Amino acid sequence: MAELQLKSHRFRAEREADWRRLEALLARVDRRGARALKRDELLEAPVLYRQALSSLSMARSISLDRGLIDYLESLCTRAYFFVYGARSRPLERLAGFFVYEWPRAVQALWRETVVAALLGVVGTVVSFILVRRDPDWFYAFMPGEVTAGRDPTATTAFLRETLHGKGEHHEGLGALATFLFTHNSQVALFAFALGFALCLPTAALMIFNGCMLGAFLALFASRGLGLESTGWLMIHGVTELSAVTLAGAAGFSIGWSAAFPGDRHRVDAVARAGRRASVVMGGVIVMLFVAGLLEGFARQLVQPLPARLGIAVASAAMWGVYLYTPRRVRR
Amino acid sequence: MIATARAGKTTKPRKVKVRRPPDEGWREFVTPEGVDLRLRIGTYAERAGAFVLDVLIIVGVLIAFTVLLALAAWGANKVNVKMEATGLVAGIIWLLGGFVLRNFYFIGFELRSGGATPGKRALGLRVAARNGGRLTADAVFARNAMRELEVFLPASFLFARGLGVDAGLIVLGGIWSGVFVLFPLFNRDRLRLGDLAAGTMVVRAPKRVLRPDLAQAAPVSVEGTAFTEAQLDVYGIKELHVLENVLRQGDRRTVAEVSERIRSKIAWDGPMISDRSFLNAYYAALRARLEGRMLFGHRRADKFDKA
Repeated sequence: MAELQLKSHRFRAEREADWRRLEALLARVDRRGARALKRDELLEAPVLYRQALSSLSMARSISLDRGLIDYLESLCTRAYFFVYGARSRPLERLAGFFVYEWPRAVQALWRETVVAALLGVVGTVVSFILVRRDPDWFYAFMPGEVTAGRDPTATTAFLRETLHGKGEHHEGLGALATFLFTHNSQVALFAFALGFALCLPTAALMIFNGCMLGAFLALFASRGLGLESTGWLMIHGVTELSAVTLAGAAGFSIGWSAAFPGDRHRVDAVARAGRRASVVMGGVIVMLFVAGLLEGFARQLVQPLPARLGIAVASAAMWGVYLYTPRRVRR
Repeated sequence: MIATARAGKTTKPRKVKVRRPPDEGWREFVTPEGVDLRLRIGTYAERAGAFVLDVLIIVGVLIAFTVLLALAAWGANKVNVKMEATGLVAGIIWLLGGFVLRNFYFIGFELRSGGATPGKRALGLRVAARNGGRLTADAVFARNAMRELEVFLPASFLFARGLGVDAGLIVLGGIWSGVFVLFPLFNRDRLRLGDLAAGTMVVRAPKRVLRPDLAQAAPVSVEGTAFTEAQLDVYGIKELHVLENVLRQGDRRTVAEVSERIRSKIAWDGPMISDRSFLNAYYAALRARLEGRMLFGHRRADKFDKA
């Protein structure tokens, strides 16, 4: 008679078959992915999941069987992650990232991008003027290890030599590899990471990066190598400087929402900005990769100045069009 | 004003330290259907373990590649290939391969329907969106792009060398980036910076099997095992669950002790039956009684609950 007294028995007996069925489906998905399910099983899964959820809330209010409730919680959680989990394949989502998400995130940061770019330009112009006036300023802007002998004491012939790749001690993949792990990727990472500190370190980095560029150009311009050095630098510099600028913009957006969260909680505001900014950073890493390829290969293979400038302009146009073409909003 | 302020200070009640129960990591997690799934946050040990496993897998793959390369070089050595070139390629495998592999490993696995890298899966963890919604691709990207920052940046300070002002800057930088590493230790949900930025969290998603209902499995009608209401009103839901645990574990000595305690507490004078069947019968009867009362709106939390 006890069986009939307990409502929770009948409750369990009526629904157990459905739970088992859902569990079997999930086990197959765990082993072989969602492709293991046939079409009608795919349609059945959400229905079974909702039944299990309703069983769970029911069980919580009528049953005191701890084992049953634990089981249902675990079953519902697993089913929840299946039903609300990722649906498309990783490759599709990767494509979605490059076609929609990254450009849209970059577009959303246009204000910060303008600010970061302006800071860089100001740094460049100021240090260019200073170094032209007094070459000693050069040492203030350029850390020793970057110059590799390219400083105001060098001869014009030596400087010309460096622009045509004869003095390079590494090339090809080696240059790419070292590049990724040296100066520029670090500047980009730092600009992003330090954004949390209310934008100030990022701003300083942007200006300082501009200063280095300006000092470098001023040195070569003083020997009448201005255009040639621009070609040498910009063949990969367009991509690289855009990447650093975008990283700075990402840092700014985080710092700004940490300082001025608006009507959200500070943590929420930072989280929101961080989400968008790190999408931008995902793309920035790819840009740095491309810049590394250009520096490692294109600069060694392409020596004539017009071709170098042509690649620079083309890459500027390509990034501009790719990143700033308006995208349809999906869904 | 001053006087009142002072008076206020003297009458200020002494702070009473309220000892909170230790946080076991259960979190409310409401699905779009409005049901709370009660997830448990992954512990530090589990997450560190998962990360170490993942790193070991990545390093293992890199080592495998290097060994393959070394074998190829050994084979090609007879045709006179410079050793320098192989050294260079090995360097590239470790720098570039490491870079590409560690990024695509985490992102790739977390984008799959499992939502977990092999390391996380081994420890029963997975990534979930904090708001209970779908785990989106940009969230996975965000949490892993930040990983680069949390691991790479402090590591670069750790290996940086410098003197004078540089050394000071390196130390400061190390402290600053230490904030990133230690971030999970200083928030309730053990979020790392990437989780915070992406709006995700790492939760336990264990598998459980449905075990037989104890009240069902009990030999229903042992002669004379009828309990009076007074005998059943001794305990509440909490004690019922403890009893369920005891029965499910089935340790002979515990069963004997518990059964002895209950017999004396309810002044049992029925037939002498085995400890196990006595507890089973009492469990079934107690559950019937408590569930019956629950249906009428009385949820008796524990034995001290007089409602």
